[in-house]
Amino acid sequence: MVEDTRCEVSTAREDILQRVRAAIGKQAADEPVERDYRQTPSLSEGEKIDLFIDRLHDYNAQVYRCGPGEEAATIAEALAARGKTRILIPPGFPAHLLPTGPTFVPDTQLDYREIDATEGALTAATAAIAMTGSLILTHSETEGRRALTLIPDYHLCMVYTNQLVETVPEGLRALGGRRTSPVTTIAGPSATADIEMTRVKGVHGPRVLDVIIVAV
Amino acid sequence: MSIRVGESAQAATFPKAAKKLLQNTQLRRNVRRATDTIRGKRAKVVDEMPDWQALRTAGQQIKKRTLRNLDSYLVQFEKACTAAGGKVHWARDADEANAIIIGIIQSHGQKEVIKVKTMTSDETRLNHALEAVGIEPYETDLADLIIQLGHDKPSHIVVPALHKNKSEIRQIFMDTMGLKELGHAPEDLAAAARNFLRERFLRVKVGFSGANFAVAETGSVCVVESEGNGRMCVTLPDVLITMFGVEKIVPSFDDLEVFLQLLPRSATGERMNPYNSIWTGVTPGDGPKEFHVVLLDNGRTKVLADEESRETLHCIRCAACLNACPVYRQTGGHAYGSIYSGPIGAILTPQLQGMEHSTSLPYASSLCGACYEVCPVKINIPEILIHLRRKIVESGGAALTERMGMAVAGYTLADSSRLGKAQKLVQLGRQPLDAIGLPGWSAARDLPTIPTQTFREWWKTRGAK
Ligand code: SF4
Repeated sequence: MVEDTRCEVSTAREDILQRVRAAIGKQAADEPVERDYRQTPSLSEGEKIDLFIDRLHDYNAQVYRCGPGEEAATIAEALAARGKTRILIPPGFPAHLLPTGPTFVPDTQLDYREIDATEGALTAATAAIAMTGSLILTHSETEGRRALTLIPDYHLCMVYTNQLVETVPEGLRALGGRRTSPVTTIAGPSATADIEMTRVKGVHGPRVLDVIIVAV
Repeated sequence: MSIRVGESAQAATFPKAAKKLLQNTQLRRNVRRATDTIRGKRAKVVDEMPDWQALRTAGQQIKKRTLRNLDSYLVQFEKACTAAGGKVHWARDADEANAIIIGIIQSHGQKEVIKVKTMTSDETRLNHALEAVGIEPYETDLADLIIQLGHDKPSHIVVPALHKNKSEIRQIFMDTMGLKELGHAPEDLAAAARNFLRERFLRVKVGFSGANFAVAETGSVCVVESEGNGRMCVTLPDVLITMFGVEKIVPSFDDLEVFLQLLPRSATGERMNPYNSIWTGVTPGDGPKEFHVVLLDNGRTKVLADEESRETLHCIRCAACLNACPVYRQTGGHAYGSIYSGPIGAILTPQLQGMEHSTSLPYASSLCGACYEVCPVKINIPEILIHLRRKIVESGGAALTERMGMAVAGYTLADSSRLGKAQKLVQLGRQPLDAIGLPGWSAARDLPTIPTQTFREWWKTRGAK
């Protein structure tokens, strides 16, 4: 069965490539692409952060701000506000940033049902985009594999101001060598516009998203 | 080889289908309300972008660049994806694609698959093929779930259940999910879908997705979505199968920065959709252990061959042209008899499956140009419509009276004020329409104040042929 499929595929491959070549004619030099859209920041640092916060509020995300060294206290505050006591963390999440009080469970390849039974997850991020209120995760050791921030109903995400860029092009370019890791961009909690075209919060992804912005 | 685009080859002609649908006032109200909402939202978030036109130009040029050397980009994608642990399959048509997918699922002994919204699988009628061999496909996109549970047909390419309002959706969920009680708020309906699908997300071993973009440079695939069902389908199963049309390739990773700005603002009027997933092959310890890509032709290379309408393949399926189209807004999507409705459907369906099957579609337009104006990749739909009409005429595909009647129907439908008013111009309208087998259309719907100039304009460009 598998053998057959393979054989079929290679014929189809040649056929399709042949059809494409017949349709477009000879190979040609690449068509030019003018990139006259915005790719650089235009706001001051303060304005950029304000814009990011405004966008997050627009998606109904709750925003906390703190200075360096205040991460633990702010994490404690955010979790307490949601009544969360037992939270998943990626295996590489820095222990010194964790407050005492809540229980933090490192994700050492828990199965999906175990993750489903938890109250939420706390992670770092790779980058954030002010203009669109996006968090970008590349699922590193401090961000966790994709399931961690997908299955639970609550995501608390911590991002540093030096990770925040203004525009979408800057955000994607900030990924650098991590762009071929799995990448998830998150703009607000899970939502749908399928019912009469209004944005309804909360379908399959986390229904609640809180963001901590740490100044550096 | 036969090209199939959903069930469109069996569909009624546009004027016939439209006539029937116009009598469904609830549906018309729903479509009108939804498209009004989305148009308003889109306008707001597009107006705030000073570089919108520059983004459109870049989007158009990237697509042009891709198609001009599509063979090299496909091979480059295949190489990069394979190097990252993916397996790439090629499918000439719908049946071949479905057979490949069924083969993969059966080789794992699985009987279920979770699916995130894909137009291409509607095009190949994958669900039908899966069910025929005893594999159960679960649609997970809220709108697709509504369609699947309600045994309905999609009427819009971004919001397939746009023709259903809240209370109709609630009824479908109560009837099919076995719920005795269900709230009336949209949030209640969303929660019902969450509960209904959660167990399946955790259980089912095979996931299926389409792709909005695939990057030749890195072999990465990108899925744009809102609900998180896409993330579930591409992350949780052991085996992931992703199918997309060969035109979905973009040359470089940086090209995503253009489309991830154009698409959400055009499609749902959001600055950014809640989730984008971008992945490259297989990542140990994170997500599926096996990843298959099915590259689908199904008529696309035929479209590619016609230089005058090649740019049809630039489409990123945002549906802005549907929402802006005065004809679509009157009839909704079902009248087009294809999963691809509205202006893009009117040019894509006939080209994919052959003009002979859908000669009326290129006439389902008043050529007002609204679609071109909103298209994020600047596809000149009116020009392509005229080009296709010329082809139909040249091949003798539609009789003169038929073309005339269809054009009048397209024109009349384009403005609600031209519908449902007094019967002033029955003299002018009735004969040609009755003659083409739309008895009662002109009498019931009237063809009043048709400004002669526009009609003559139309006649000048097309009547000369
Ligand atoms: S033709 Fe343009 S406006 Fe219409 S769906 Fe495609 S990309 Fe969007």
